[in-house]
Amino acid sequence: MATEVSGRGTDLSAGSPRWGERAILAFLLVCAAVSVLTTIGIVLVLFTEASGFFRNNESVTLTGFLTGTTWQPFGGAQGEYGVLELVNGTLLVTAIAMIVAVPLGLATAAYLSEYAPGRVRRSLKPTLEVLAGVPTVVLGYFALTFITPVLRATIGEIWTVSIFNHLSGGIVVGIMIVPTIASLSEDAMSAVPRALREGAYGLGATKRRVVTRIVMPSALSGIVASIILGLGRAIGETMIVALAVGNLPNLTFNPLDQGQTMTAYIVQAVQGEAPRGSLTYQSIFAVGALLFVMTLVINVAATWFVRRFREEY
Amino acid sequence: MMAVSTPQREAEVAQDALHAPDDRGRRERGFEFGLLIATAVAVVVLAVLLIDIAIDGLPFINSTRFTEYSSRFPEEFGFRSGITGTLSLMILVGLLSFVIGVGGATYLEEFAPNNRFTRFVEANTSNLAGVPSVVYGLLGAGVFVFFFSLGRSLIVGAITLSLLILPVIIVASREALRAVPNALREAGLGLGATPLQTIGRQILPQALPGILTGTILALSRAIGETAPILVVGALFSRRSDNVPWDIDDAFSALPIQVFDLVKRPQAAFQEQVAPAGIIILLVLLLLMNSIAIYLRNRYSRSS
Repeated sequence: MATEVSGRGTDLSAGSPRWGERAILAFLLVCAAVSVLTTIGIVLVLFTEASGFFRNNESVTLTGFLTGTTWQPFGGAQGEYGVLELVNGTLLVTAIAMIVAVPLGLATAAYLSEYAPGRVRRSLKPTLEVLAGVPTVVLGYFALTFITPVLRATIGEIWTVSIFNHLSGGIVVGIMIVPTIASLSEDAMSAVPRALREGAYGLGATKRRVVTRIVMPSALSGIVASIILGLGRAIGETMIVALAVGNLPNLTFNPLDQGQTMTAYIVQAVQGEAPRGSLTYQSIFAVGALLFVMTLVINVAATWFVRRFREEY
Repeated sequence: MMAVSTPQREAEVAQDALHAPDDRGRRERGFEFGLLIATAVAVVVLAVLLIDIAIDGLPFINSTRFTEYSSRFPEEFGFRSGITGTLSLMILVGLLSFVIGVGGATYLEEFAPNNRFTRFVEANTSNLAGVPSVVYGLLGAGVFVFFFSLGRSLIVGAITLSLLILPVIIVASREALRAVPNALREAGLGLGATPLQTIGRQILPQALPGILTGTILALSRAIGETAPILVVGALFSRRSDNVPWDIDDAFSALPIQVFDLVKRPQAAFQEQVAPAGIIILLVLLLLMNSIAIYLRNRYSRSS
């Protein structure tokens, strides 16, 4: 009977129990389990508070919450809790962000992976990392004090641009997720085997054709996953929208109007120091639960997509 | 002149046919130029952002900003509580997330049997990385502020931020552990060391630079975060005007103060004091990232 000697994956436990080592091992296991406890904690907190929100108040129902279009949460029992008004703000900002981020992110990835000389690559990648590391409150300040005035000075000549508006926040959220999409897509494009490119060149394709017809389709699963992950970050982004989009729930499709996103409502409501158990306090968790479910669905979709459509080379 | 068919002429004709027509070459260059422009957008925005903040904020950086607490008057406003709060958070989050993150990574990478529980933990860790940071704030508020009655204190802020960056640290630490050659493990075990002795004395020290780099980068993300600690109750009122020495003290933090300043109605706070605070915050982050890059370059054996 041959024993495995490959190291990892082999049973290396000592012949006699060493209690100190057992204790350390147990500690390591607990550390690994913290992530599971975190998930359980998030689910428990969000859904107990959210269920209290629906159970203890006759004026609030789950259907009313999910389909109502008026969000006036600070009136206590007289308040109206139709979350669609906030969901609308979140989706409008996210749509603008994706319109900005998908072309820029994919073009950046294609340039880095296929065109950029080594020297340019080595200086561009850290720059993108720096952009990804800028705190979002700083980006929010930039959206409010730079992008918004620029918008008002340019397209403000033709249309009315509110001081707080979806467009400015959406643009900056889009810029924020460019590094996410670019770096994950670039990994996917770089992983496409050289032989595929050379085959296309051998058939007379130009470089542009190779990039758009061979590399991008071959890397599709990674590209789509990067876009879905970027989408999740855009939906959950908080400080940029809290500063730039405003605090007025608004069921509008006009990106130049102000509004409020789900995350911005959470930030606004916690600053009011609503007492625990109050309707406002519980509404924060109901919105948070919906946000959590939305991002969870998105992340699961990204994982599923990669697994389903990955090309094995 | 008649074209005489020579082998050389035939080669020229064949080459001409291979050459792209003119407008094709233009399209090729246009495409590459378009990609370059799109790539430049992110870089240009970053440059404009930094220059804009420097122009706004640098004239208003002075000693008051470091020595004084918050104030109703722009010229007297200082970031003392924010700076000390952020530094205290850094120490606590660094300790907590490093111990738990490295412990968890060591277990998953070196000990975990390939069973359902391990796979569940791994899938769970990657899903947690996609949860919005503001939701972690709700977790902190519900579990630690109220359930464990820790109040709106420094330790709750630190725990919340630690949980937020834990998935990042675990992934980075696992990569660093995986990069240590298996021969070292076999050598340690072959000399009679127990698995834990091998890992503790040989493998972890080898992986430490990679682990530290990942931890510092994650830490710099944590201290730039605003939403989670705002939700668990970091304050910007006068009540937080203290230097938090104790883990149950009320606390503020630099990003929290910046947020408060941008929202104040008086223009001077938004236009002068907020960018000054942003500069202090960015310099702090730059220092941390420089340390991480230094560690990465100092100890990376490849390249």
